[in-house]
Order: sequence, then structure tokens, then C-alpha cells
Amino acid sequence: MLHTGRWRPWMFVGPALVLIVFFLVYPTIMTIARSFFGRGASLFGPNTEFVGFANWRYAFTNKTMLTSLRNNALWAVLFTTCTVGFGLLLAVMLDRVRYEKIVKSVIFVPAAISMVGASVIWKFIYAYRPASMNQIGVLNAIVVGLGGQPIGWLIERPWVNNICLIAVGIWMWTGFCMVIFSAAYKNIPKQLMEAARMDGANEWHVFWMIILPLLVPTVAVVGTTMVVTVLKVFDIVYVMTNGNYGTEVIANRMYKEMFNFFNYGRASAIAVVLLILIVPFMIVNIRRFVAQEGGR
Amino acid sequence: MNLRRIMARTPLHLTIFVFAAMWLIPTLGLLITSLRDPTSIAASGWWTVFPKLFSGGQFSLENYVGVIQQQGLGYAFFNSLRISIPATLISTFIASFAAFGFAWMQFPGRRILFMLLVGLMVIPLQMTFIPILPIYSKLGLTGTFPGIWLAHTAYGLPLATYLVHNFMVAIPKDLFDSASIDGASPITTFWRIVIPISVPALASVFIFQFLWIWNDLLVALVYLGAKPAVAPLTVNIANMVTNMGRNWELLTAAAFVSMVLPLVVFFSLQRYFVRGILAGSVKG
Repeated sequence: MLHTGRWRPWMFVGPALVLIVFFLVYPTIMTIARSFFGRGASLFGPNTEFVGFANWRYAFTNKTMLTSLRNNALWAVLFTTCTVGFGLLLAVMLDRVRYEKIVKSVIFVPAAISMVGASVIWKFIYAYRPASMNQIGVLNAIVVGLGGQPIGWLIERPWVNNICLIAVGIWMWTGFCMVIFSAAYKNIPKQLMEAARMDGANEWHVFWMIILPLLVPTVAVVGTTMVVTVLKVFDIVYVMTNGNYGTEVIANRMYKEMFNFFNYGRASAIAVVLLILIVPFMIVNIRRFVAQEGGR
Repeated sequence: MNLRRIMARTPLHLTIFVFAAMWLIPTLGLLITSLRDPTSIAASGWWTVFPKLFSGGQFSLENYVGVIQQQGLGYAFFNSLRISIPATLISTFIASFAAFGFAWMQFPGRRILFMLLVGLMVIPLQMTFIPILPIYSKLGLTGTFPGIWLAHTAYGLPLATYLVHNFMVAIPKDLFDSASIDGASPITTFWRIVIPISVPALASVFIFQFLWIWNDLLVALVYLGAKPAVAPLTVNIANMVTNMGRNWELLTAAAFVSMVLPLVVFFSLQRYFVRGILAGSVKG
């Protein structure tokens, strides 16, 4: 530590703390309180009588909210499994080929573009036209080419359209996972794998018995990051379906309550639902940080 | 033996090829479509350009001229720059100050405050909009650039501070000792020693923040609304999807316009981007 006196540290951390308190801490507390009051825009303005748990009841019983909760669960499971699974697979496979760098760039590129851009790209992949016309979307062209009927990918509920939206997310985030796994994988001493191969283990055994156990901590970090990311999913749904046809998610529902229905009480309760889902991961992050601090 | 080796490795190459194709084809389709005229886009799939790829007359930049002039996309591009560059600079600046304070200075509550920061890295931004909006409208900050600069700065601070902090704690203490023997104040030490050493970390954070803000839709929708005078590319394009969802010539060109800068940043500074990702977890 440097000897800096009593006030100087606050000069350095002060601006950041002021912004964080005003934009993150204060609003979080207010939103939690806000979820127990009526629909008005400001807690100190009109239409903000105390309503008890009414907004909460709405958040957990309204039909669209139930759909949103189901869809967020589907996103969490499918998105996380696929991004982590594909990312790990690609990291290990690409280490064995000479064209690793270029394929890595290809997989990683979607991480740089906006979800809005990605949504346009994929909306075009899913484009639907009646069977009598030429298909202009790749997927339906394949389906029709194989002799099938064109499918309304973004309309067919409840599984097809939700999975199609989740695929966009997977396409965007697999590269992110791959990059982290690849760095961790390259840190594993190669002698370990060589020794196992000498003892007659095949590649499959090497992966399950050596690589995977050593990567478990990384998988945990990446996995939690993916779950946290996906619980907040908004852009893809907002742009591609705006939550219609049973594709609603919590974040988009919160936005609608706020800006379409102007019910700030309900919007607050829905935001808190999101917070409750994320709190366990906050605690995990803090604990991990404390453990790292201790080890330093 | 060699043949057996090649045979054994075929599934590996094939799997990688399938992944690469699935990741490349969507963007390729977008790019090709954005260069075709509306009639051909509606009449046939973009892949039909390949048989007569070199016969000419299939591609033009007309859609780009169209979106930039008629859909106000040129202006939105300019807005995106006006939002992301100042916001990125401000947050990187404030974060590096705070990171140095947390890494090397002693003050009461340092540990707790930093733990709070780590916790806030993943907080849903949805928790913050409703209480801030009335304050913003009272202060006249809604729909203004300073308003969104402040919001983006604050939202980016926890992660940015955390990343820069992790870099700064690793600076050897000897450097500071010799500086303080020479009589340098902490401010001088910060500007003369810490900042120059931290350039790689600051570059990662800068790129991260820049891409995050450039690609953001939610924060812009909430604090700027859809006013064309201030709307960035993402908001403009999201509106286009709603209002002219079948005009693929416009949508594809618009999407590509929004991707150009991130792609340039990505390919020229990929090293720093990867380093940023590896240095810590990530906010969303």
C-alpha cells in the first residue's frame, strides 16, 4: 500500500463511487421498494398507493409472465449447455489442426457485432414464404429442397420458435466460451496427456479423465457467466418477435410494462424477479473474488 | 499408416468444417443480400448468385446509398459515434482512477466497497431504470447525449474498474518506492508510472466498453427513446425491423452498416479484446 493520507484515496475512488451509488445502488433499493406500490411513474407522484404483494402476485401468476419464466428457464438450460459444450469442443478440437487461428476468428466474430445486427442476420435465415413461391431463407430452402413444407420458424410455438431464438444467442456467444476454454486448455501441461496416451488411453478417455477435470473451474466460471448473460436476454427477443407467439422473456416483459403499459409498479416487481434469479450468481462471484484475494 | 492417420482425422476436420460453415453462412447471406437489388432478393435466394458470380450486374451499392440517405442511417451512425466515444473515454478514465485507488491505497471500507463492485458487475440494468427516469426528466437529461454518457459510464464502471484493478495490483511495488523517494506525489505517480504501464489493460477495457456501448440497444431505448435526432444505429435498425420487416434490401444493408466498425475494431485489435475477456468475467 502507498502512504497517501486520509483524503487522497477518496479523490481516486470518489467519482466512481458517486456514479455507482447514483446509477446502481440507489435505484436497486428504490426498485425493490417500488414493487410494493401502484403504477405511477414516480414513487413520490400520483397513483403510487401501497398495494402489498399485488405486483408480485401478478409477476408469478399472469399467463404471459408464466410463459416468460418458462422461456427464461429454457434459454438458461439450452443456451448455457450449447455455448459451454460447443465452446469446449471447439477449443479442444481446434488445438489439433493447423488452421486453428482462422476458424477461431470465424467462430468468435459474432461476439463483436450487436444483437440487433445478429437478429437481422438470423431473421433472414428464418424467412418464410408460402410453398408456391421461391424460398429466400436458407432454412426453408433446405426444407423445401428435401421435399417438405416451408415452416414459420418464428411463429411455430412453443418449441420451434423459442429454440430458433436461442440459436441466435448460441451463435453469438459460443466464440466467447471457446476463447476462454482454449486459453485454459493450452495451460494444461501436454506431458499429462502424453503420459495417458502412452498408457494406452484413447482420445475419448484423455478428454474425460484428464482434460475435463482440469477444466472444471473454468467451466464453472464460464457457465455462470453464460447463465447470468442469458437471464437478462432482451435484444434478440425484442427485435425478432417482440415476445409474440409465446416467446416472451422476463426482460422484454419488464420493458413492455414500463413503456407500453406504463405500469411502473409491475415493471419493478418483474425487475426484482430478475434480480432474485441473479443474486445467487452475485454471491458466487463475490465468494470467488474473496477466495482469490486470500490466495494472493 | 499415413492413410490411416488421414482417415482417423477426417471426423475432426469434418466437424470443424460444419461449425465454421454454420458460423460463416449467416453473415455471408447478409452481405450478399445487401448487395442485390430488391427484385432479385424477392425472386430468389441469395445463394443463386453463385453460378453466375463473375458474369457481373448482380451486385450494387444502391441499397447502402438508400439506407444512408433515406432511412437516416448515416445520421444514426454519427449518433452512435457521438454516444460511444465520449462514454467509453469517460468510463475508462474514471475506472482507472478508481482501480488505482482500490489497488494501492488504504482507506476505510476499501474491501467492502470493492466486494460491492464485484457484486454489481452482474446486476440486471432493469433494476435501475424506473427510479432514474423521473430524476432524468426533472434534470432534462432524457434524450440527451450527456444523459446517456453518464448512464453508460456508470453501468460500465464495475467491470472496467475490476479489470484494470486486476492489472494494477500486479505492478511491482518497487516502482512506487523509487518514485516516492524521488518525491513524486500519488497523482504524479499515477500519470507518470501507473497509466503508461497499464496501457495494455486500458486498451482492453476501452475496446470492451466501446463495443458494448456501440452494440447496446436497451440503455439507448430507455434513456434516449426513438427520437431520430439522437437515436443510435441499434435503435434505428430495430425500428426498421418493426416497420419494414419485408424490405430485406434495406434491413440487410442497415445491419451491415452497423457491423462495419465493430468488425474493423475486432480484427485490428483482437489481441486486446481476447485479453479483456480472459482477464475477468463479463457483464451483460
